[in-house]
Amino acid sequence: MARSKETPEINGGSMADIAFLLLIFFLVATTMDIDTGLQRQMPPYNPDAEQSDDQIKERNVYVVLINSNDQLLVEGQQMNVHQLREKAKEFIMNPQNKDNLPEKRPVEIDLLGEVMVSKGIISLQNDRGTSYDMYIKVQNELIAAYNEVRDEEAMSRFGRNYEDLTEDKRDAIKEFIPQIISEAEPKNIGGGK
Amino acid sequence: MAKFERKGKGGMPQVSTASLPDIVFMLLFFFMVSTVLRESTMMVEQSLPGATEVKKMERKSLVTTINIGEPALGYKAIYGSEPRIQLNDAFAKVANIRDFITAEREKMDEKERPLMTVSLKVDKETKMGIVVDVKQELRKASALKINYSARNLETIED
Repeated sequence: MARSKETPEINGGSMADIAFLLLIFFLVATTMDIDTGLQRQMPPYNPDAEQSDDQIKERNVYVVLINSNDQLLVEGQQMNVHQLREKAKEFIMNPQNKDNLPEKRPVEIDLLGEVMVSKGIISLQNDRGTSYDMYIKVQNELIAAYNEVRDEEAMSRFGRNYEDLTEDKRDAIKEFIPQIISEAEPKNIGGGK
Repeated sequence: MAKFERKGKGGMPQVSTASLPDIVFMLLFFFMVSTVLRESTMMVEQSLPGATEVKKMERKSLVTTINIGEPALGYKAIYGSEPRIQLNDAFAKVANIRDFITAEREKMDEKERPLMTVSLKVDKETKMGIVVDVKQELRKASALKINYSARNLETIED
C-alpha cells in the first residue's frame, strides 16, 4: 500500500459538485414530452377515383358536416359535439336492425365464428374555415365511439377491454367492427382561406 | 444487547453523505439517457387541442413533425400573423412539403420507411384550410400515416 509521493491521489471531494453541475444541465435540457395524438391512416392519393362511393347506399353512410362556424350537421340534423358519440355508436352497431341504419353482412371471422358485420361508413366533411380545434373534437368523438363499441364487444365476448386482449383476439374484434372514417374533400362555402 | 448501546447522549446520528455522489451520478445517468435535445426552435406559437382518445407515439425515430401556427412573437413583424408551416428550422410553403418528406424518408433506415409517421402539430386556432392543403401534399408524397398531435384530456371541453 505504499504510495509514492510523486503521484498524489486526486481529491474526490469535488466529484459530487461536478456531478451536480452536469445533473442540473441535463435536468434543464431534458424535454420529457412524449408526443401524443390521434393516429389516422389516409387513403393514397388518386385523383381519378372520385366517383367510387356512388354505389354506397344512403343508409350505410353517416354524414358528418362541420361548417365554417364550427357547427355540426349530422345526417341532416344539427347536433352538439357531446351528443355525437352516442349517435355514432348507435350507427356503428345498429342494435335493433333499423331500416335507416346500416345494413349488415355475414362474415366468417376466426375466434368469433359467423357474425354480422356492419357496412356502415362515417363520412366526415369540413369546411376550409372550420377551426382545427373543432375538427379534432369531432375526430376524437368518432374515434371514441368506435373504441367504446370495440370495448363493449371485447368485454361481452372475451371478458376484457379491447386494449388488454391478445393480438389475435384484437384483430378479430377489429375485423368485426372496422373503423371506416372517410374524409371528403373540404368545401369552401364559408369563404375562409 | 450490550453491544448496541448508544454511546452518545441520544440525538440523531449524522446521515452519511458518502453515498451522495453515487446517488447524484445515478440521477445524472438517467437524465443523460432520457434526454432528447430539442433539435429545432419553435418559430410558431402553439397551443395544442385536447382529446380523450390520444395514443403515445411509440418510437421517436419514426416520427417527422410538421408545425403549423401563427408565427411567434419575434417573427410576426416579418411574417405577419397568418398561420404558417414550419419545417425543421424554417418557415415553408405547402409546395415544400413533398421535398421535405422525401428528404426525411431518405434519412431513415430502409426497413423503417413504411412505418414513417408524420405528426401534425397544429395550433388549435388554425383554420382547416391550411391543414387540408398539408394533408393533400402528404398524400401526394405517400406519407399516409399521420398523427394529429393533441394533449390528453379526461373529457373534452367546450
